Amino acid sequence: MEEGPVRFDASGRLLAQERQGDNQPPVSVSELSSQLKRTVEDRFGHVRLRGEISGWKRAASGHAYLALKDDAALIDGVMWKGTAGRLAFAPEDGLDVIVTGKVTTYPGRSKYQIVIESMELAGEGALMQLFEKLKAKLTEEGLFDPARRRPIPMLPHVIGVVTSPTGAVIRDILHRLGDRFPSRVLLWPVLVQGDGAAAQVANAVRGFGALPVDGPVPRPDVVIVARGGGSIEDLWTFNEEIVVRAVAASPIPIISAVGHETDTTLCDFAADLRAPTPTAAAEMAVPVRAELMANVAELDARMRRCLARGVERSRERLEAQRRLLPKPDVLLGQARQRADDLGDRLRRGLSHRLTRARHELADAGGALRPALLDAKVARGRQQLAAVRLSPVLLERLLADSQRQFDGLWRLAQSLNPDAPLSRGFARVMASGVLVRSADAARAAGQVTLKFADGEVAAITGETRPEPPAPPAPRPARKVAPAPPGQTDLFD
Amino acid sequence: MAETADTETLSFEEALRRLEAIVQQLERGDVPLDQSITLYEEGDRLRAQCQKRLDAAQARIEQIMTGADGAIKTAPYPAQ
Repeated sequence: MEEGPVRFDASGRLLAQERQGDNQPPVSVSELSSQLKRTVEDRFGHVRLRGEISGWKRAASGHAYLALKDDAALIDGVMWKGTAGRLAFAPEDGLDVIVTGKVTTYPGRSKYQIVIESMELAGEGALMQLFEKLKAKLTEEGLFDPARRRPIPMLPHVIGVVTSPTGAVIRDILHRLGDRFPSRVLLWPVLVQGDGAAAQVANAVRGFGALPVDGPVPRPDVVIVARGGGSIEDLWTFNEEIVVRAVAASPIPIISAVGHETDTTLCDFAADLRAPTPTAAAEMAVPVRAELMANVAELDARMRRCLARGVERSRERLEAQRRLLPKPDVLLGQARQRADDLGDRLRRGLSHRLTRARHELADAGGALRPALLDAKVARGRQQLAAVRLSPVLLERLLADSQRQFDGLWRLAQSLNPDAPLSRGFARVMASGVLVRSADAARAAGQVTLKFADGEVAAITGETRPEPPAPPAPRPARKVAPAPPGQTDLFD
Repeated sequence: MAETADTETLSFEEALRRLEAIVQQLERGDVPLDQSITLYEEGDRLRAQCQKRLDAAQARIEQIMTGADGAIKTAPYPAQ
């Protein structure tokens, strides 16, 4: 190679000289850098590196830049967008992490760095450190303030569940809900672990809260966020800030049931109620229907008893008041006694009055003497004797009247129409009418003959030739010789 | 006693609490008889309401589905 005219040796030469026997040609920077790059990448194509994050920074492009360091050295690192977006936790400075990746160089600035393909926390210590740090931060914000917790409704109409659609957790929850109080359940299926799990859980919690109260999808009255047991890394989704914030901000009360009883996540702190297990969450979400039935029945029975007792007590009180009323006897007693007393006095008064009247009568009677009457009678007799009445006048009047009456009586006897019958006459009657002529007799046809001793029926007809005299005059003849027994009435 | 209001709008819990309060009030026995009958009638309505809710208990499990348009729907949860 032709060099410039000026040449210096090693102790002062200006120009590099090809040494005798030295066949090493100089290489360009690019060449070396390229060689270095090849060497480094070949040699450190896959390393697992542990260190503390320092200078964590996510660029607008989505790539993340950081350095990993220990107490003596530092190496830059980069996570491309795709890898950084899939991280299961949010890296931050000071975190002890183990990364895998390859070391590459950046020839333009004579740098080397590690391109991180995955990043994990270096042990539970680091995770706890992250946990504590986030917890402290959110506590300071007041997200875990007990005063923020809302009561869980006693008997929700709809229960939302955020968990994996498969596995024991949802099964346990549904089973226990069914045992206690069969309810309407809305499951929002999510990944509970791994890439994107935190975003899904947070989205589900927010999604339930965003449901309108009376939309086609019923809005739950309570939401259970659940996951089965696992390591702290398995449960890490529920420590993610995005999840914790969604739970804390939920307008619907949340029951958090993540892992086993000994596991604690920030989601638990942010929830309104923490359940040790998914099954326990179901128990907290609904009461036991049978117990409520018994409770309501008991209240009902007590209420009925009270009412019955109230009526009974009122009755007793009435009875007591009634007993307190004075007895009618007592009320009337005095009046009755008084009446009796007055009655007595009345009787006594009457009797007294009578006695007095008797005395008065006796006193008055004392003045009455038979002698006075006797004298009166005697005086009357004397006056009567002085009149001198004679019976002769009356006796004469009586005899005259007797004679007059006798005469009248004889006359009456002689005028008796039946008197001649006893002397042989008969009276002819037809139909109860006196027959006074022969024509009348003939016309009557049938007549009755009345004698002194009775009546005889007779038929009238023409005068017969045989008997010389009609029967009618016959009694007339008999009249002449008066029967011997018959005397004159006036005899 | 002023909150005789509208028992229909009460939640189960409120109805049950009110019923308990009524029973306690009745059990104290210091309520006049005619008022206790009014209380009893209210209590009986509350009891019927609670009973109705208890009787209506029915399991129904659904799963949230997000449609292509982002709309949220429900579908029966497959029994496992």
